Amino acid sequence: MADTILVVAEQREGKLNRVSFETISAAQAISKETGWPVEVVLAGSGIGSLAQELAGKAVGRVYALEAPSLAAYTSDAYVFALKHFIREKQPKLVLFPHTYQVRDFAPRLALALDRTLISDSIGYKYENGKLLFTRQMFQGKFAADVSFAGDGPWLATIQIGAFRGDQAEAGSASVENVTAAGAESAPRVTPHEVFQEAKQAVDLSQSEVIVAVGRGIKEQKNLALAEELAKALGGEVAASRPICDNGWLPLERQIGSSGQTVAPKLYVALGISGAIQHIVGMKGSRTIVAINKDPEAPIFEIADVGVVGNLFDVVPALTEEIKKAKA
Amino acid sequence: MKILVCIKQVPQKDAPLKLNESGTWIREDVSYEVNEPDAYALEEALRQKEKHGGEVVVITAGPARSQQVLREALAKGADRAIHLEDDKFVQLDSANTARAIAAAVAEENFDLIVTGLQSDDFGAAQTGVLLAEILGLPHATIIIGIEKTDSGLHLKRELEAGHYQFIDMPTPAVLTIQSGINKLRYASLIGIKQAKNKPLRKVAWAEVEPKFSKNLQQIERLYIPVKQKKTEMIDGPAAEVARKVTEYLKNTARVI
Repeated sequence: MADTILVVAEQREGKLNRVSFETISAAQAISKETGWPVEVVLAGSGIGSLAQELAGKAVGRVYALEAPSLAAYTSDAYVFALKHFIREKQPKLVLFPHTYQVRDFAPRLALALDRTLISDSIGYKYENGKLLFTRQMFQGKFAADVSFAGDGPWLATIQIGAFRGDQAEAGSASVENVTAAGAESAPRVTPHEVFQEAKQAVDLSQSEVIVAVGRGIKEQKNLALAEELAKALGGEVAASRPICDNGWLPLERQIGSSGQTVAPKLYVALGISGAIQHIVGMKGSRTIVAINKDPEAPIFEIADVGVVGNLFDVVPALTEEIKKAKA
Repeated sequence: MKILVCIKQVPQKDAPLKLNESGTWIREDVSYEVNEPDAYALEEALRQKEKHGGEVVVITAGPARSQQVLREALAKGADRAIHLEDDKFVQLDSANTARAIAAAVAEENFDLIVTGLQSDDFGAAQTGVLLAEILGLPHATIIIGIEKTDSGLHLKRELEAGHYQFIDMPTPAVLTIQSGINKLRYASLIGIKQAKNKPLRKVAWAEVEPKFSKNLQQIERLYIPVKQKKTEMIDGPAAEVARKVTEYLKNTARVI
């Protein structure tokens, strides 16, 4: 069978996860260089219309892999169904979006197929017929080019935001319904309803200016510095995960993969090193100002303006200057 | 509950990292600490033991230096430790690391195995899930709450963008733990003293090597990331920096 790229799209509770289009976009780019055609599979139950939506992209075919056992996500049912599907189709490459759901089942699926998974890739390289995936290491301080050894299927997950979903090429593919192989036993995990904690009082995605703090703020009382700067700029205060874990700010003010995703006009990062999990939540910001004592901090890679220095000196001075400029 | 906690020693968060000469790994002469999500996994194990009784065993795979994270765990209250000790564990892939851990605990029957959701060095977020597959156990990832029930575990799973889900599962099971699930404790002086006399079993590379498969993925090169943006770096005294940043925001970015 010819080499193909299979994209495993994602849906939850009857809604297509839009990051699926980012992975299709990645697959289309790889396809242009390798010549391997792209196919898409979506697992679930009663997902015909979602499969149709995916078929609006320039891909060879969309498989709707259906079974009642796939209605609510469990790793057992997903691994079982996809293992059989992939064994039958034998794609060369299988791509997933690096979502929490994929993180839950994809490593296990790879091992069940006796294969490996390169996780959280931010890009790829096709060098002399060799496919490499680039991933971040040491919290983004380094990048690594990683290759597969042995035969396909090769599995890789694509970091959220690494490819543009809105740039996935449009087309018209056929949808093929496939009945998923039935597992011999019930899933061992019993899932309950997905819910949100108390309704979020602040919607940071609507803020034009965000002043975010990270570990570099050192103590809870120092948050006042960020609050004053935010006030001067007319913005909201937010934080990276460790600050919310410490209880210094409520979880609803957390930016990153587990918190909110924002794209304000101005994002000021104070004492934030720029771990991947934070970056994915804010890298769409129009202007990014980073203040950090570590010149090697990965946040400087995406900043428009970088200040290597002591935030306890720089921030009060900056607040004063902003007030003057706005007066 | 008999609980296994898999922990890893990683470079300290703000340690300045340098590439080695061949560009395949970092220079190892840096300071190390326990991988943060693993610290939360250990804390959760200790709390479960305090509530329900049982035993907490910690395991790590790494060079001699990584014994430090085991000693710290023993000082915090773990009962005993297992050290898969060899320099070669540092660059071993997730699947073989999981195989090594599985082999080292083959004689033990744990009710619960916990580890951090990912490591701060590789960040692959795979070892815990792969360990479950190798041991044939159910698993759940990115857990932010654990409650023991009569039939197993009632868990709170974190999903993206502020969403959560409760799930139930039987034991034995493998869980990957999210940072922030609890508040970390410090080791007490008495704990540090007692740790010296707690059992620490060493397992050599040769003992687990027969269980390994070929590394199916290979780091070809490690490098400093290519900048995605042209960053204007501003330095000088605080007042001058503040003035220049404000000018940029006003005249170039036009956000004030």
